Amino acid sequence: MSAQLAQYLLSGLTVGAIYALVALGFAIIYNASHVINFAQGEFVMIGGMATVALANAGLPLLLAVPVAVLAAAAVGLALEKFAVEPARGASVVTLIIITIGASILLRGLATLVWDKNLHALKPFSGDKPIELAGATILPQSLWVLGVTLAIVLLLGWFFSRTLIGKAMLATSHNPLAAQLCGVNVRFVLLLSFGLSAALGAIAGILIAPITLTSWDVGVMLGLKGFAAAILGGLGSGAGAVLGGLLLGIAESLGAGYLSSAYKDAIAFVIILAVLFFLPSGLLGKKSAERV
Amino acid sequence: MRYKLLASLAAALFAAGAAIAQEPIKIGAFLSVTGGAAFLGDPEQKTLELYVEKLNAAGGVLGRKLQLISYDSAGDAEKARTFAKRLIEQDKVDVIVGGSTTGETMAVVPLVEAAGMPFISLAGAVVIVEPVKKWVFKTPHTDRMACERIFLDMRNRRIERIGLISGAGGFDKSMRAQCLQVAPTYRIQIVADEAYGGGDTDMTAQLTKIKNAPGVQAVLNAGFGQGPAIVTKNFRQLAIGVPLYQSHGVASKEFIKLAGDAAEGVRLPAAALLVAETLPDSDRQKKVVSDYKREYEARFKSDVSTFGGHAWDGLMLSVEAMKKARSTDKAKVRDALESIRDFIGIDGVFNMTPRDHMGLDLTYFRMIEVKKGNWVPIQ
Repeated sequence: MSAQLAQYLLSGLTVGAIYALVALGFAIIYNASHVINFAQGEFVMIGGMATVALANAGLPLLLAVPVAVLAAAAVGLALEKFAVEPARGASVVTLIIITIGASILLRGLATLVWDKNLHALKPFSGDKPIELAGATILPQSLWVLGVTLAIVLLLGWFFSRTLIGKAMLATSHNPLAAQLCGVNVRFVLLLSFGLSAALGAIAGILIAPITLTSWDVGVMLGLKGFAAAILGGLGSGAGAVLGGLLLGIAESLGAGYLSSAYKDAIAFVIILAVLFFLPSGLLGKKSAERV
Repeated sequence: MRYKLLASLAAALFAAGAAIAQEPIKIGAFLSVTGGAAFLGDPEQKTLELYVEKLNAAGGVLGRKLQLISYDSAGDAEKARTFAKRLIEQDKVDVIVGGSTTGETMAVVPLVEAAGMPFISLAGAVVIVEPVKKWVFKTPHTDRMACERIFLDMRNRRIERIGLISGAGGFDKSMRAQCLQVAPTYRIQIVADEAYGGGDTDMTAQLTKIKNAPGVQAVLNAGFGQGPAIVTKNFRQLAIGVPLYQSHGVASKEFIKLAGDAAEGVRLPAAALLVAETLPDSDRQKKVVSDYKREYEARFKSDVSTFGGHAWDGLMLSVEAMKKARSTDKAKVRDALESIRDFIGIDGVFNMTPRDHMGLDLTYFRMIEVKKGNWVPIQ
């Protein structure tokens, strides 16, 4: 029985780490602009699909991965530059709708640039399962967990130690005050899109060997990442990671002990519950109207 | 100048006259060329184009050329209905071959029944031809036959207790229901019955549950698309150590490519097309199947899939019926379709009767296994 539990936890952690990366992407853009970027899932798709395409073209994985991440970041920058920035000053809802439009456009483009088929990426280091407390885990899952951990540490350092990271943090607290102190808020917004696109792409590449990738893989992963961000508290980095891991484990345990037919529903029931009882999430800032 | 005008006038008159003399036979089609079921509709569309062209190059049918009128219903039942209406009322086609999915097919059934239009569906579920509908035929093996074929193979291996895992799609659900229904007939006991969602990316939780069900001797996965590939990978990861069966829904090279090494040893029922090279010369389907494979691959530079084969059967069965009826009169073509016997197609040898509008039995539904990254027939 404990082996069964260990298996559920390991599966949940792997998927949860991916949700966490997607949720971090949501958090970064939300902090810079209060926009929920619904094209976040598409960055995941672009990362996976671009890597597959480049690897098929004969590029070694070591080269294909950075190129794909840069390509996704470029798409993120372009999205900000040509779709979000021209609408500067519009309400947040308008901007959110723009990102929904962008996600549909990006999915459509992906079917044209690549194709509508499913693709598998070769695992980074073999696919011999590793046994752990009676459960099994794929080497690729270790990659997912390890890289996620590294990124979380790296982001922590970036936001607390570097000038540009601090500028982004300042913008998230109060854009006007930040601007008055000399922070280039527009540049921060641009950077936030590039950064979260790169994060999404890394998630997409890490998961591609386990779950396959295709033009529409971003829809569900994007929604789950969004659920994780809400659960952890929108805008909180630590919350995004915690939310992602909790969501992954909850899904896996739910499928194992309750009913597998409702696995996807669990994520959305959690969103609803959080919005009803804990609107700012587990680690989110309590928002209060100041008079 | 005047001569030129006269000449073009004459040419126009001549062309009009020729068109009246041999009005083309119109083959209507609505297929899921894009969208989630594109992997069905795309090879079907290509197959219809290629063979309408080939039939025309060989002089057409009944001395008339064929004309293909095809719409992309994108896996949407509502669109399928609209296009079927257009094919019947505006395009006035002579026969409809199409309906990549069961949902699209069933949405169109009332229309063709009311209009008296011979319709050959390319979708799987048994509800299409059971109960028999006067104007509706279909070419692929049904999901129930897939269950029966798999259970037969399980009995041969003395397997009695199995775990079932299925997806959330229409095909998946229908096949699950059929398998549950025919299992007792084959004395198969289903000891675990798990499900996964459409965009699910990890099935280890469901499979762990099956693994721990007491006395499981095999696992059967009803589904198509990405689900079965992930199930196969997770199945190997968990080292469940019993045989894994898939449905004919994954019968394409794509599946082996996606699942990789994990696909080794997976068994599934499929038509002869998948194992065309390894068929003995004495096999009745050998020529038809290997011709189709060669011609399709030469033209489109991509692997054939079983689904394109369904379209070949649909087109050739309607041509055969027109030849048999010596007319394109809809009622006569329908009667001729119903009386086609011993027609060697891609999916099997068709024997239509008034009670069976699919005309296939288990004889030509082969059990195959993945060995060294290739399909191999099991004797």
